[in-house]
Amino acid sequence: MARYLVPLGIFIVLAIFLGIGLTRDPKLVPSPLIGKPAPAFTLPRLYEPEKNFSNEDFAGKVSLLNVWASWCAACRSEHPFLMQLAGKNIITIYGLNYKDERDDAIRWLAQYGGNPYTVIGHDLNGRTGMDWGVYGVPETFVIDKKGVIRYKHVGPLQPEVWNSTLLPIIQKLQAE
Amino acid sequence: MRLPHFLSCALLLVLMLPAQAAIVAFEFDDPAKEARFKHFGEELRCLVCQNQSIADSNAELALDLRRELYKMIQNDATDEEIIDFMTNRYGDFVLYRPPVKTTTYLLWFGPFVLVLIGLIILFRVIRSGNKQGNTELSTEEQQRLQQLLKNEKGEG
Repeated sequence: MARYLVPLGIFIVLAIFLGIGLTRDPKLVPSPLIGKPAPAFTLPRLYEPEKNFSNEDFAGKVSLLNVWASWCAACRSEHPFLMQLAGKNIITIYGLNYKDERDDAIRWLAQYGGNPYTVIGHDLNGRTGMDWGVYGVPETFVIDKKGVIRYKHVGPLQPEVWNSTLLPIIQKLQAE
Repeated sequence: MRLPHFLSCALLLVLMLPAQAAIVAFEFDDPAKEARFKHFGEELRCLVCQNQSIADSNAELALDLRRELYKMIQNDATDEEIIDFMTNRYGDFVLYRPPVKTTTYLLWFGPFVLVLIGLIILFRVIRSGNKQGNTELSTEEQQRLQQLLKNEKGEG
């Protein structure tokens, strides 16, 4: 009997591990920045380049930092949802315009339905994005009242993932 | 149509150029620094195209990271500083050789455990095989053999 049970057992264990492996997306790399203060930066704003946007702007409220670019196709698919979110006034949405030309970025926002961001930082050379560990736009960070990064979502922000994951985290952080 | 050998060789060389260009773009006057640059370029994983190192990849991010690596090496950053710079931003995932710690024990030691399990199974199979090859009969089997032989004689 044991002669059959042992291979069966090995098979089941392997199948479970491989099965779990199949459900995970290898493109999603866990960020080492979760639980750490937002990396320091000072960037010119996209619309008012003479003014700055810096990590100190995060203090005092829970906010989102959405990393986007006009050359990013997936950003187009999340843009209507960001507009909808901005209209609801649940949370401050900051933008990080990553490796993009100012004119292209401004034109893109005008073309695709408006600007959902309170302030947009213009990260022309991508150096700030690098400090934030950005590796695939769009990315969205949830930042708490103390300016600590609490969650990172990689990929377009859609209603399903917003309702199931981000909104509960944000509500918890806002109650803190 | 057959190309003369030297022509086809020349063609191959030209085709190889873009692959070389990725590294050559950064110039070093110190060969030791260049060696470090090459070493780290191959040890670090590009996060956009995960099966390529940052030296191999043509992704924008890989280029940015190569530039950053170049700067750090020109400024004589230590190995530790370079590794910290990368892992503070992208996690251990950027390292093709992640550090040994509790979360990576399975990764580092799993294969050895599997080999050990395999050896134990092999050993047991060989031993039980030896047992089956045993030609000595137990007393019970001897009795049964005698009986069968007797029966055969009676019938014959």
